[in-house]
Amino acid sequence: MSTGTDVLAGPAGPDVKNVRDRADVRRQVRFLVIYGLAALVLLGFALSIDNPTVAYSLAPKFDINDPPRDVNGLRIVWITFAITALALVAAVLNRIPRSVWGALISVVVGLSFYVGLTVWYFADQTETNFFITNPLPNTIQYAVPLVLGALAGSLCERSGVINIAIEGQFLAGAFFASVTAALAYSAYVGLLGGAAAGVAVAAMLAFFALRYQVNQIVLGVVLIALAGGLSDFLLGQIPTAGANPSMHEKLTSFETLAPIAIPGLSDIPLVGDALFNQTILAYIAMVSIALVWFLLYHTTWGLRVRSVGEHPKAADTVGIRVNRMRWQAVLLGGVFAGLGGAYYTAGSTGAFTNNASGGEGFMALAAVIMGRWHPVTASLAALFFGLMLTTEDQFGVLTKFPTQLLAAAPYIATLIAIAGFAGRVRPPAANGEPYVKS
Amino acid sequence: MSETDASPEQASPTPPEPEVRERGANAIVDTAVTTALAIILALLIGAVLIAVSNKDVIEAMGYFGSYPWDTFTRAADAIGTSYVALVEGSVGSIGSVRETLAKAAPLICAGLGVSLAFRSGMFNIGAQGQMLVGAMAAGYIGFRWDLPPGIHLLVAVIGAVVAAGLYGAIAGLLKAKAGAHEVISTIMLNHIGGFLLAYALAQEAFQITGSDEPLSPRVADSARFPEIFGVHSGVLLAILAAFLMWWILERSTLGFELRSVGNNPDASRTAGMSVAKVYTLAMLLAGGFAGLAATMQINGDGAQLSDSLVGTIGFDAITVALLGRGSPIGTVLAGLLFGALQVGGISMQASPAGTPPELALVLQSLIVLFVAAPALVRHLVRIRDEQSTTFTAKGATE
Repeated sequence: MSTGTDVLAGPAGPDVKNVRDRADVRRQVRFLVIYGLAALVLLGFALSIDNPTVAYSLAPKFDINDPPRDVNGLRIVWITFAITALALVAAVLNRIPRSVWGALISVVVGLSFYVGLTVWYFADQTETNFFITNPLPNTIQYAVPLVLGALAGSLCERSGVINIAIEGQFLAGAFFASVTAALAYSAYVGLLGGAAAGVAVAAMLAFFALRYQVNQIVLGVVLIALAGGLSDFLLGQIPTAGANPSMHEKLTSFETLAPIAIPGLSDIPLVGDALFNQTILAYIAMVSIALVWFLLYHTTWGLRVRSVGEHPKAADTVGIRVNRMRWQAVLLGGVFAGLGGAYYTAGSTGAFTNNASGGEGFMALAAVIMGRWHPVTASLAALFFGLMLTTEDQFGVLTKFPTQLLAAAPYIATLIAIAGFAGRVRPPAANGEPYVKS
Repeated sequence: MSETDASPEQASPTPPEPEVRERGANAIVDTAVTTALAIILALLIGAVLIAVSNKDVIEAMGYFGSYPWDTFTRAADAIGTSYVALVEGSVGSIGSVRETLAKAAPLICAGLGVSLAFRSGMFNIGAQGQMLVGAMAAGYIGFRWDLPPGIHLLVAVIGAVVAAGLYGAIAGLLKAKAGAHEVISTIMLNHIGGFLLAYALAQEAFQITGSDEPLSPRVADSARFPEIFGVHSGVLLAILAAFLMWWILERSTLGFELRSVGNNPDASRTAGMSVAKVYTLAMLLAGGFAGLAATMQINGDGAQLSDSLVGTIGFDAITVALLGRGSPIGTVLAGLLFGALQVGGISMQASPAGTPPELALVLQSLIVLFVAAPALVRHLVRIRDEQSTTFTAKGATE
């Protein structure tokens, strides 16, 4: 990658300096437009702030021991503007490298835009006195199911099985996690139930996709509808409070997972609470990212999984059992997706309600594609969604934006992200193609 | 080289033709049989679900040891009552047939949109968002503008079709120009559409005067679909829409390009078609059909715009399109079936068995699942023609 950079973007020599293909020009225009808009908006923020004092706290909530501190918001907005303007200049000169550093510049611009927006949003309060809280703990919480879902998606799709049905796995996992947790009086047992339900949906996916070669996108949609319908149907059959109060009580109320603080580490300022004072599910998610990455990229098993996803015939020729590898990858993915679903009941609110995961399985799917089918980048995309959802909550206390449009912001941001940065993505070559030995 | 170049040109155009035709004749019978079997299988699984979750049956299971027969009679009773209610509620009387038609019309229209995008190789999950935007346009024109009858309805329908079409085209444009995967962009547009509607319903322009509720006034009578035989005439419009889609796909140049891009975008590009244009236009049309579906909801019975007006029609439309296999007539039939299931599902809940209406959803998805896996259906009911045995044998050996 880095060698191509010099030829296309940098001054590699007087002869090749002016040779540029259309994709390169398009890339530059894309950066110009996006950085330019960001810089313009930040400039607008800087000019519109009257009262520069903004309060912030590193704690997620009001903490008497760590009261909110004041800071000059105007200065911060100007700094973020300067960073964005620098990136814009680099884009004008076409000096944005194609390597990881180029992506890093985009991330820095994105973060400064986020900071500038937040500071502007909380500046100039006249009647209220809200302060900016630490968004990280909630970001991690929101991201936990998305990360688990995205891991399931990358595992499946790396092996060549399209998994639209993450939302279905979430719903099944959420429902059965709540039922098993209630019956066993333990949210931890609920996690097992959730994982089992996720595996069950995954098994249906594998059964129909691999044994009967059903179109996998059709299958995904159907499994979502089936999981949604079935969980709602069974929910409707759970005795109502009037008919059988004790049973109803038992099935709808149980203790959810409690956060476990890791001594020492959880006291680290800024990130301690976010990373080391979470429920077991969050720790599972963090470990799972590393686990799936290691499995896929540093074991023989992972190499085989990826090979059947890219070129099943070649894999078959060297003696790899294509459909067996796919079964394994899909079922393992089911464990993660089911755990992700368990977050919506055993991990947070308790009882299952109609459509508990609220379409977040689709967000996980979006994270898989944004993260280009790689477990680590897909998890980063999931974190981005988590940050967006947290911001929506944070901004909700003030009414500088109409709340409904604010709620749409994460989705608009995703649209901009996939249209502006992710661009044309390349799925695993044999994704969605059934393999029939001939 | 010259030999191989020449031979396909001579051989390929003639021989496949009769084979395709022969298969076409058989395919209709084949499709009908598999679909019927799929429905029966789905109903059987549904019966098991009703039996094992019915509270009387569960109670009888408690003393299964002493009176085992009780469990079975109660299960049979619950299943019988539920399914009789399902049929009677959907097609048992003129009134219920009317309800079924009114329920099916938007499903058909939105399903046509999904089918059309499907034929051009795109998976349009965005019917929901497109319908929401269409409903906003049709509703606003319906209750805020003052036009003579007839023209008012026409303007409202056109407004909805255009608004939803443009909203759908966003996803097509993003795919064509920026390579954004349409599955993600339509999912995001669904969410955004929902919040747009919520925002609109918080504005005075959309609310009943003097009220602060997120509910609009009723659509004016002049913007309502006139009734024919007790059903609003939007139902007829749905049939017309199916015909229009058939015409677009089979008789127009755009339809040819659309199917060509759906079959092989690279070959179409080489042949000189603008794939970007086709993607955008296909999504524009798909959105238009979804917009039409929205008018059935809001102009059909003079409804009020609210956040629950569209329900889950946009998502059900995906299963309708899948069951209809991308063909206009199939989509119409699938829409009618799902409309009947949903109307019948409500009377199932009202029946003594009290089966939750969500069973209709389960049945819908099971039907599509079995239709998509014809080999499985044949395997289960032991129809062993040559093709199916080889097919399953292949799957079994992996």
